Amino acid sequence: MMSEEKKQNFITDEEKNPYIKYFRRDRLPTIFCSGCGIGITINSFLKGLESAEMNLNNISLVSGIGCSSRVPGYLKCDSLHTTHGRAISFATGLKVGNPDLNVVVFTGDGDASAIGGNHLIHAARRNINLTIICINNNIYGMTGGQVSPTSPEGSLATTAPYGSIDTPFNLIKLVIAAGATFAGRWTTAHPLQLSKTIKNGLLNDGFSFIEVVSQCPTYYGRKNKLKTPSSMIKMFKENSINKRRADNMSEEELLGKIIVGEFVNNPRKEFSEKIENLSITESGKNTIRKSAYKI
Amino acid sequence: MIQINPDLCKGCYICIEICPKSVYIISNVTNDKDIKIPFPENEKDCITCHLCELECPDQAIYVEDKK
Repeated sequence: MMSEEKKQNFITDEEKNPYIKYFRRDRLPTIFCSGCGIGITINSFLKGLESAEMNLNNISLVSGIGCSSRVPGYLKCDSLHTTHGRAISFATGLKVGNPDLNVVVFTGDGDASAIGGNHLIHAARRNINLTIICINNNIYGMTGGQVSPTSPEGSLATTAPYGSIDTPFNLIKLVIAAGATFAGRWTTAHPLQLSKTIKNGLLNDGFSFIEVVSQCPTYYGRKNKLKTPSSMIKMFKENSINKRRADNMSEEELLGKIIVGEFVNNPRKEFSEKIENLSITESGKNTIRKSAYKI
Repeated sequence: MIQINPDLCKGCYICIEICPKSVYIISNVTNDKDIKIPFPENEKDCITCHLCELECPDQAIYVEDKK
């Protein structure tokens, strides 16, 4: 039995949490496992959205397939749940069709870097104004814990019982090499810094890539001796190094560390703007928006 | 004042790990899923940094600003 004093702390007005007003209430609680990092990423995204003074009504969320791709289904905004790996392609079409929209893509490490790797690098090359939030949990969580392109060397997975032997992808280096104008990486143990980077990414006029190193206690944690969500959060706190400090360190010192921070921010001309200019120089008028027909 | 929604809490205890002032403990109160809900035992130590609100993956925590 709980005392009257204790009871006070459990009576909860549903609308009191600062982020719950953006959720579709009838869909809660979410299907994510206990301690999943996706919920933390949603909170940081909503905080970044508030500080960027953007409206959820003008935002379209696009996602592919995976645990992280269930996010658009929970938020009160226009959302598009598309085929595996093709979220960025659908988002490109959406942005070109209506450049007034703010298009945000929620994707996972498998969705963005494995099956959709080609779409990711070409969207970065074109510099189309999308904000990609890649929730990287180092494993395929939804399908049962197979090794993913970002699994660290030596980590255990269902399909790597002796430890992964491949060198993982460094997604930030990949998108910078492909031409991204904004790139940042944080872990779920840095929610405030993450929300600031998401804000900067939303305000950046061009391709913005934000990698969120997240925990998967159910598959990655259980196989790699980090059974509880709190032990994974602790591991992120201990193993992350800010970019400014990491610049002065050797590669041996950085082995197994997560380098966090904002890596690049150099704007250049945006894709949908180029199409608009092309339309004006060739035919003398703007492209038709929100309609497939001539008005 | 800190309030926790037992219907949304999944018992990951990230709030206990993340709190800089060790406000939360695991209580004996359980919800319908038989999960022991965290309880703000040392609430007077709370500095209202709102980190637990941000770090709760299930949006179950509400922290009221002190006047």
